[in-house]
Amino acid sequence: MKLYLLILFSIFSIITSIVLSDCSKPEKKIKIAGSTTVLPIVQAAAEIYMDNHPDISISVRGGGSSIGIKSIIEDLIDIGNASRKVNIKEKELLNKKRNDLTETAIAKDAITIIINLENPVTNLSLYQLKAIFTGQITNWSEVGGYDTEIIVVSRDVSSGSFVVFNKVILDSLKVKDNAMMLASNNAVATMVGYTPGAIGYVGLGYVNKDLNIVSIDGVLPTPETIMNNNYKLTRELFIYTSKAPKELAQDFINFVLSEEGQQIVEKQGYLRIN
Amino acid sequence: MNKFKDKSFKTITYVSSLFVIIFLFGIIASIFYEGLPIFQHVSLKDFLFNTAWHPTHDTPDFGIFSLIIGSLLVTLGALLIAIPLGLGSAIYISEIAAQNTREILKPLIELLAGIPSVIYGLFGMAFLSPFLIKTFKIPTGLNLFSASIILGIMVVPIISSLSEDALSSVPKNLREASLALGANKWETIIKVVVPASRSGIFNSIILGFGRAIGETMVVLMVAGGAAQIPKNIFQPIRPMPATVAAEMGETVIGSPHFHALFGISIILFIITFLTILITEFAIRRRKK
Repeated sequence: MKLYLLILFSIFSIITSIVLSDCSKPEKKIKIAGSTTVLPIVQAAAEIYMDNHPDISISVRGGGSSIGIKSIIEDLIDIGNASRKVNIKEKELLNKKRNDLTETAIAKDAITIIINLENPVTNLSLYQLKAIFTGQITNWSEVGGYDTEIIVVSRDVSSGSFVVFNKVILDSLKVKDNAMMLASNNAVATMVGYTPGAIGYVGLGYVNKDLNIVSIDGVLPTPETIMNNNYKLTRELFIYTSKAPKELAQDFINFVLSEEGQQIVEKQGYLRIN
Repeated sequence: MNKFKDKSFKTITYVSSLFVIIFLFGIIASIFYEGLPIFQHVSLKDFLFNTAWHPTHDTPDFGIFSLIIGSLLVTLGALLIAIPLGLGSAIYISEIAAQNTREILKPLIELLAGIPSVIYGLFGMAFLSPFLIKTFKIPTGLNLFSASIILGIMVVPIISSLSEDALSSVPKNLREASLALGANKWETIIKVVVPASRSGIFNSIILGFGRAIGETMVVLMVAGGAAQIPKNIFQPIRPMPATVAAEMGETVIGSPHFHALFGISIILFIITFLTILITEFAIRRRKK
């Protein structure tokens, strides 16, 4: 019986100490959630920001672009990350709440077309890409490669990359039914890396030496072609706040847009915004 | 004091079981609440039997037939691998192995069940899939076949462990009677022990089915994710749990796509609910 009391007491005291220590922590908090594409940038920026401001604590969660936007509309967080713009459905929700958002682009990204190292194809036209992803072209020999079946690897229908790719390349046609839909950038890069006939697309940060990059209409994704929008598949990454962001949130956004913040963006494999 | 202890213990256990029931009904209510609105956008017939799944397109299609077929095929494939392996190892452990072999083998097989599913998925993605491409010269290694193998390995410990329990609970005098009648060990196992424990074995298979059809991580990572009805076993598929897991994070909350994903959850829930019902029924019948 005494032992029980002892255990109970120690559990109780541990809980109290956790609660108390939590109270003594800095009261200034920034809550961030949203897109996993933007996550590495914000995570790294938050760590450095907290080092510079020991009295502020920032919590960063993923969840996806929609979670980020939804949470900021509902005022559950201070900053919402998204790899796409607010869509019509979400705007309706905003109108209903008589609310508005401030959108800040913090980085540029390019969706890169990747194929297996063994594949000799170096360039595809916009039309060929569209035909491959919608299923009109099914063999690499039709576009100057070996006589092998083309394995089309796409991202999941709800990925931000998928939305951009569909708009720009597919012209809103539907991806063919037997395209493989993988759940992450990493899964696409790995799979294309060991599958000779595969073609896929990933964000800039996921290209590695085991993959060949295909140019679109002769344009490769380089810092220059992305900056001047000659490369077709460029996109911006956003963070959203409520219309009048809290002072703390605004200060953090300023930090991400500052020289130091933009260096973090580059270090994570993306391009600076300006 | 003792009376107080007795009473408080009663209350604590009562409250915890109450909570379990609250959670269960809460989950059921919320998936139906979020899932049923999809039928304002598509009819039940189109939802179940249309093969086109383009939920985020401007003119969206919400047909989950190829997803249901994908789930059923991969589960069937997994069982085709897991039943012989699981039943075989159960018979060996229960009937043939020596005492000390049994004591090593049984926990080892049960250890398979303790491996997190994401590790199975990684194994399938990083090792099995490249290996299949090289060995069979197939265009892609993420397909129905590889997902069935990985899922099958995951289900083996369930079938093996539960079947073994059923086999060893067969009374000793049945075996002895069979041997006394002149049957050899093989005949005794196949004609006496296995038939005597068939309902336990059947239960283990049903539970294995439930485990395989609900498993998410492995099919998300290894099945390939193409929403199609495969023409051969080396083509990629997109089972239901993989669809929900992959798309829920980025869908607009309250949109038809969101409700459609909950609609898929309803179908999955009904299937697993039926499997549990069948096992409960079988257990009851055996007890009578």
